[in-house]
Amino acid sequence: MAVRGSWHGRPRPCESLDTAEGGCATIVELPEGVAVTKLDELVGWCRKNSLWPMPFATACCGIELMATGASRHDLARFGAEVFRFSPRQCDLMIVAGRVVMKMLPVLQRIWQQMPEPKWCISMGACASTGGVFDTYSVVQGIDRFLPVDVYTPGCPPRPEQLIQSIIDLQEKIQREDTIFCREFDAPSRQQLPRALREKGRGA
Amino acid sequence: MMDSRIIQQLQTAFPDLTASEFRGQTRVVAPVESVHEVLEALKEKFAFDLLVDITCVDYLYYPDAEDRFGLVYLLANAETGRRITVRCFVNDTDPTVPSVVGLWTGANWLEREVWDMFGVCFDGHPDLRRILLPEEFTAHPLRKDYPLQGRGERHNFPVITRAEG
Repeated sequence: MAVRGSWHGRPRPCESLDTAEGGCATIVELPEGVAVTKLDELVGWCRKNSLWPMPFATACCGIELMATGASRHDLARFGAEVFRFSPRQCDLMIVAGRVVMKMLPVLQRIWQQMPEPKWCISMGACASTGGVFDTYSVVQGIDRFLPVDVYTPGCPPRPEQLIQSIIDLQEKIQREDTIFCREFDAPSRQQLPRALREKGRGA
Repeated sequence: MMDSRIIQQLQTAFPDLTASEFRGQTRVVAPVESVHEVLEALKEKFAFDLLVDITCVDYLYYPDAEDRFGLVYLLANAETGRRITVRCFVNDTDPTVPSVVGLWTGANWLEREVWDMFGVCFDGHPDLRRILLPEEFTAHPLRKDYPLQGRGERHNFPVITRAEG
């Protein structure tokens, strides 16, 4: 329980009030321009607005990924424009394109080289399921061997779709806790896909 | 025509050679015992100095096919642009053809690719290893008796979970 008040030079002593439940609540006078929030909320807010993507582009999805980062679609609006080609400097891996069995150990190694906290977007049909390449050499979905946070459908997805995925991921990051990157209220989120949730809200 | 003279001269030198022409393209089929000599003669005497490609065809389920693997050598004359196709057939258990790395150094990787994909062995190749597939792969996937979706090689990886990082 926090009450904002005016502050003239120094904090006033706090008062204690007895609540109806029998507990004790403290009223704290907050200085002007000070807000109180949870640490998890603050850290999540910082993290989600400063994503550093690692572009793992192996096919045509990579072209759309480049278009997403370029001026027309301007990923900088969502705080995720700093593409780094070193996994040590990234916290979001965007797997864009099909991954063959010779490439998968490389992909796993890059994922392990990325520092925590880290997230993964599986961009396009091939990265998510193997797509049309149901052959001996193409991995049928990277989520068989890596943790994936957001799947982007499409062949290839338009930049708008990738931006939507990043916005969805930002929603998810906002809900994660600070230390273990565990997602809060995950079950309620899984009840309805986002599109359906919005549809219900509109109706 | 120039090609018919080449074929005539080749056939006098190698009597067990069969040649045909289709839409202006000359094709020569040589037995595997003499294919190296034929290619050498084409390079040295007939100025087909450029080896364009070496590839292979698996005729396993092909109707009326007598042999299983058909090696294809595509040669070109870099000066005149004339081209010729040389083929030879090998069969199962141990398909082996002589290597032509001694004639064209560029045949090195081409032969490695054919070995990788079809399992045709090249006798005398200096470094016959896989070139496209990973070293631990055991099959030759462009053979027709290899299933399209593989034998589970694509699923044979460790799984990384969130907890493991």
